[in-house]
Amino acid sequence: MPDVDPRTASVSTIFELSRPGRRAFRLPVLDVPEKPLGEIFSGHLADDAPALPEVSEIDVVRHYTKLSTRSFGVDTGFYPLGSCTMKYNPKVNEEAARLAGLAGVHPLQSEDDIQGLLELLHRLERSLCELSGMARVTLQPAAGAHGEFTAMLMIRKALAERGQSPGEKPRRIVLIPDSAHGTNPASAAIAGFEMIEVKSDGRGLVDLDGLRKKVSSETAAFMLTNPNTLGLFEENVVEIARIVHEAGGFMYLDGANLNAFLGVARPAEMGFDVVHFNLHKTFSTPHGGGGPGAGPVGVAESLVPYLPVPLVEKEGDRYRLDWDRPKSIGKVHAFYGNVGILIRAYAYIRSLGAEGLRRVAEIATLNANYLRVKLRGRYHLPYDRICQHEAVFSARNQAAHGVKARDIAKRLLDYGFYAPTVYFPLVVEEALMIEPVETESREEIDRFVDAMTAIADEAENNPDVVRTAPHTTPVRRLDDTRAVREPDLRWKAG
Amino acid sequence: MTYIPHTQDDIQAMLAAVGVSRIEDLFGAIPEGLRLARPLDLPPAESEIEVLRDISALADRNRAAGSRSSFLGGGIYDHAIPSVVPALAGRSEFVTSYTPYQAEISQGVLQTIYEFQTMVCELTGMEAANASLYDGGSAVAEGAMMALRLAADDRHRVVVLPGVNPLYRRVLETYVEGLPVQVVDARMDGGAVDLTDLGKRVSSKTACVLVQYPNWLGNLEPLTEIISIARERGARVVVSLDPVAMGLLKRPGDLGADIVVGEGQSLGIPMSGGGPYLGFLAARMKDIRQMPGRIVGATVDAEGRRGYVLTFQTREQHIRRARATSNICTNQALVALTATIHMAALGKGGLRETAVQCAQKARYAAERLSAIPGFSLAFPGVPFFKEFAVRTPVRPAVLNRALSKAGIVGGLDAGTLDKKMKGLWLVAVTEKRTREEIDRMVDVVSAVVSKRKLTPTLALPRQGGGDKRETHLPLGRG
Repeated sequence: MPDVDPRTASVSTIFELSRPGRRAFRLPVLDVPEKPLGEIFSGHLADDAPALPEVSEIDVVRHYTKLSTRSFGVDTGFYPLGSCTMKYNPKVNEEAARLAGLAGVHPLQSEDDIQGLLELLHRLERSLCELSGMARVTLQPAAGAHGEFTAMLMIRKALAERGQSPGEKPRRIVLIPDSAHGTNPASAAIAGFEMIEVKSDGRGLVDLDGLRKKVSSETAAFMLTNPNTLGLFEENVVEIARIVHEAGGFMYLDGANLNAFLGVARPAEMGFDVVHFNLHKTFSTPHGGGGPGAGPVGVAESLVPYLPVPLVEKEGDRYRLDWDRPKSIGKVHAFYGNVGILIRAYAYIRSLGAEGLRRVAEIATLNANYLRVKLRGRYHLPYDRICQHEAVFSARNQAAHGVKARDIAKRLLDYGFYAPTVYFPLVVEEALMIEPVETESREEIDRFVDAMTAIADEAENNPDVVRTAPHTTPVRRLDDTRAVREPDLRWKAG
Repeated sequence: MTYIPHTQDDIQAMLAAVGVSRIEDLFGAIPEGLRLARPLDLPPAESEIEVLRDISALADRNRAAGSRSSFLGGGIYDHAIPSVVPALAGRSEFVTSYTPYQAEISQGVLQTIYEFQTMVCELTGMEAANASLYDGGSAVAEGAMMALRLAADDRHRVVVLPGVNPLYRRVLETYVEGLPVQVVDARMDGGAVDLTDLGKRVSSKTACVLVQYPNWLGNLEPLTEIISIARERGARVVVSLDPVAMGLLKRPGDLGADIVVGEGQSLGIPMSGGGPYLGFLAARMKDIRQMPGRIVGATVDAEGRRGYVLTFQTREQHIRRARATSNICTNQALVALTATIHMAALGKGGLRETAVQCAQKARYAAERLSAIPGFSLAFPGVPFFKEFAVRTPVRPAVLNRALSKAGIVGGLDAGTLDKKMKGLWLVAVTEKRTREEIDRMVDVVSAVVSKRKLTPTLALPRQGGGDKRETHLPLGRG
């Protein structure tokens, strides 16, 4: 046996493989007359090119193949990560996005040259309108948080347009539940708003009395996630919308959990004025190790004038980009958004069709409830009733043995699963947030339940093995403190 | 094609375990009145064959620049992409993984980000880079907002050079509208910034000066002089960069820039109709706590082995919420990985060779075009990199229409992005274009002009609707 186990030995960086003169790619010989570079660029010319690694093609291939095997994707195994909707990413979507007639489009080509793409974007927008009940959708935001920000800018502009009566203060307050995603307050803040938190009630829902006390003539909007991050549907959403609208504010839906009611109900009827979609959650586009996603935003008629430019318009058989929208907030992306992701989402919607999309919500909800009843004997369930697409447990029982939510997450890696979301939502102590999406089979969920049960046993009988997990991964727990105290953010020679 | 593995038996058994008899019972919390009483008005499910047939038909209706000989730029370019790049970046362990919060089984993704950060530092001459931003436009906005956070409270102005891509400028304006921030435009002189005018506009109220290098007309701004003007007045400098140009030109970091951002599409990313692209941002170590977005750092594990983690997370929204440096969560990680593999494949020599070929071929094209009677370089006094502006005797749209008939994608009608540049034709030439392609483009353009001389009415712009169709981006400044 070798001294070093290749599965757990460190992988050198691509820079350490570098040898002067090695090349992985060559260009054809220059076929135009050459001009002296010194004359062309004079003072701008650098002495040397940046020190990118000098490696052969097989070096590149082996290095990044090795790194890929040290990553865990949905294709590797079950990803019960709450709030992230880690569903299977269909391969046909990838093939569609790679088609030369789409991947090769330059965004500044004339409308005549890109009619097919414009039609696809138009069809996707209409599909998202139908799914949400909204009047129009901008496809420009590149991620969920980007969509939130775009929406807050539109609300800001609409309020400015509406103006204030004499003596009235500007509407600068955004109300956000205490169970909200961190992006909500951050997006509101960078759009120039102040945040006031609304507490949850004993059932894990927005406290209506608390909300009534907090709305005022300064309320700009209420940002709500529904189902909320506890996986519970906000049963009083219509009343919430009434309270907020009567106070003169807008209702914003964080669409992160849209998978829960796709085709079953729609944001428009719930009273929302604006909603963002996470195409990388609900519509099966891959997460890519952190992105790219896409965060289209749908709006009711009242906010349509403020949508970013351009919008795709259909005129007869022809599609065009409408830039002439005087009340628009402007642009949040240089071009039309993450088009490659939009193509994948369109392929998904066509593959599933009307019935298939509703089936998504049904089976996602069934999976979550099945998992809920299977695990509730061993893990504390703070809100024990039918949930929607995800269930939030607490590691309170295990904490009594000195085993924390984080330890359980790490131990799951040894069992071959990715971890649930932990310590979120903030309203549950030692939270374990589990979202078993519709693409996971009953057997897979049973295997996960078995692993969670085994870990609960370990927490009681052998807590150290959980506290020191993971044991079988390429590296053990990493020193986060050292990473901040002695920052090493780039490779350096020597 | 629902990708749902459940059999009827599974569903019945699971419903029984939950203690309900029908799936509808799981939606009891949704008030009756909110439930959609009709099927969605969407087409029925399609097989894979049908889906691909449908989308291929749409794709075939595009005249995609990537499949033609293209001279279109304006921030997005048709560069060569080595075969290893899509092959490796498409590995499904990378594609289907989540943000690497569970570091122990995400070392591969984390290490690629660490390598990306290192390469961005090498390209820019800066000390620290983040894990990516959405695109060049939002990177410019985030760079300016970072400079505003770093500046004293009374410095609330962003001085924008006229060479900043008008689309990026529009994004910046959208980001800061409603904040106590003032965007000030500097003047252009001969294709680059007017330094005398800039000296007047940068003041004790200026947080940063925003420069694009090369600028959106392809020209090289006098970076050294711009940085010294800003420095003298206590303002920071944010530079937006074309990374390919760094194969040849001095790095802004070496010249004293404070923040360097840019669009990384030129690094192995398909043009893809507008995205996904790659925003990057690099800065000085001392300013790290004001950087937006994720950052990966190297550390050690419990057994002393080198490993990587997401670090400085107290800047981020999931910890700091309303006081985060940015709201960004999902970024462009897979695109950053693609660029990393591309840069490794090119290497130092390949990046330099790419830059040299772009510069030489662009020069050849510029010479040949300006030799056509009536054509001239718009800014002869200032060096350009791979893109240049041409004054033409016929409108750019007319040239582009003729080129399109010949299977060529012409340059950008600069007036569609900036009214002040009306009539200028912006031609981009990458290493992918051959001498033969350039010659053919020049021949078509010459023919348009000579034909027009003989029979002027033929090439005259059509009236009314036909004209409107050409201006697909009427978004002039202000």
